[in-house]
Amino acid sequence: MDLIEILQYSFVQRALLAGVLIAAVSALLGLFLVLRRFSLIGDGLAHTTFGSVAVVLLVGVSPLYVTVAAVPLVMLSSLAIYKLTSSRKINADAAIGIVSSLGIAAGVVLASLSGGFNVDLFSYLFGNILTVNQAELLVSLLVFVIVLAVVIYFYDDLFAVTFDQELAQSMGVKTRRINVMLFVLTAVAAVLAMKVAGIMLVSALLILPALAALQLSVSFRKTMVAAVGFAVGAVLCGILFAFALNLPAGAMIVLFNIGFLFAVFVVKKLSHWRR
Amino acid sequence: MSVIRVEDLTFCYNGIDVISDVTFAVDEGAYLGLVGPNGSGKSTLIKNILGILPAARGRIELFGEPLGVFRRWDKIGYLPQRLSALNAHFPGTVEEIVQMGLRRRDARDLQNTLDKMAIGHLAKRLIGELSYGEQQRAMLARALIRRPELLIFDEPTTALDPETRDVFYALTRSLNQEEGTTIVLITHDSGVIGQYAQYLLYLDKKIIFSGTFRDFCASRDMAGVFGPESQHIICHQHDGTGSRL
Repeated sequence: MDLIEILQYSFVQRALLAGVLIAAVSALLGLFLVLRRFSLIGDGLAHTTFGSVAVVLLVGVSPLYVTVAAVPLVMLSSLAIYKLTSSRKINADAAIGIVSSLGIAAGVVLASLSGGFNVDLFSYLFGNILTVNQAELLVSLLVFVIVLAVVIYFYDDLFAVTFDQELAQSMGVKTRRINVMLFVLTAVAAVLAMKVAGIMLVSALLILPALAALQLSVSFRKTMVAAVGFAVGAVLCGILFAFALNLPAGAMIVLFNIGFLFAVFVVKKLSHWRR
Repeated sequence: MSVIRVEDLTFCYNGIDVISDVTFAVDEGAYLGLVGPNGSGKSTLIKNILGILPAARGRIELFGEPLGVFRRWDKIGYLPQRLSALNAHFPGTVEEIVQMGLRRRDARDLQNTLDKMAIGHLAKRLIGELSYGEQQRAMLARALIRRPELLIFDEPTTALDPETRDVFYALTRSLNQEEGTTIVLITHDSGVIGQYAQYLLYLDKKIIFSGTFRDFCASRDMAGVFGPESQHIICHQHDGTGSRL
């Protein structure tokens, strides 16, 4: 089956488009999170997504809209992590650990209480971008537009808060507002990323493109563009190779992301060695 | 007009008073040296004034407005003692950092400010790749490029070599005397601060002394608090007043 033939399937077109949008959103937010030392928030939110999906299925939401319906609960979890962290009494990693374990534990208990769902809850663990429906594609597009607009409009504030929160406060930046915005958008990105890579691999979409871009040692704006470039490249390659070789798309996308990170790392080492 | 007015300010951490009942004012065009031992609450006081740490009690006004409603942050330039969590991998170039938050960005202005701090050649370098001293100069440039009416420096010279330190102090004097910029400078360098600052605030959880250097050097009470030797060290470079001690 050649590439032209693969691209003619509408579910492949939807997967590619949604994948590109979600990867770009995850990479943009991921850069801020990695630099703020919140790399593991993706893992934490993915685990709470598991619990949220269980709640959503338990109340009888149609499986078609499970992803979208889980968003509010994951947003609340994200804000809980922010609240715990900003109290200065609990470190970020510990706050993520608390919310994350609550999400998983609640999910398992709810699954057990319900005596099983119509859809396999555990299928969300590994995701499947090739099953993206029209509603999810539209939500991905909407979220992409919102995140892009927020990053452009609040670029200076996001840059300042990421560089140094106290310095940003002294410049009059509303750091609380910026942080809440970042955490809420990250929650939405985590739910969407679950569709691409599955709960187990959400954090990879947030972290890996940013890490690869940071290896380039270029300005902040260029790093953002590079992170999006790596993320989109990994999604396109991952989906096409997965379809052609009949392999799981989420895992292939993550493997391509790791491949890009490794390639950039090696090229950087070689260029240092040549000097 | 008072640029900073603080009344009965108290800040607590875990139920313990870090600073208590602090009252003072800094007038427009003043150069204030804020000194005190380690842990005396100097940086905390500045963070309270800038709204970074919320005070437990008291009232703070900036440029005549209560802190809660103050919005003209472009009037204030702040150089923190140490960036709270500078990530060595932060991908910001020196020019991005220096121009951070500026509404109007002028390339010539940027270059002049960087040259003044002797880092003109580092404009395109990442901040994390620089030495601590170079980072400090970049942060100084960031504070200065905004041409603020009030400059607050927290231990600004700790990582600077003696030459750059002298350039920095001369710069603060020229900003204060020629451009009328109000300056608040926290320092351990009490022997040097007397050369530049007209006012001294000595803090040790509460205010031990607040007034002009001349008053400080002439005060027998302060000689009793610090001992004549320490008072002499603080005063000996200030307009000869302390040399009689």
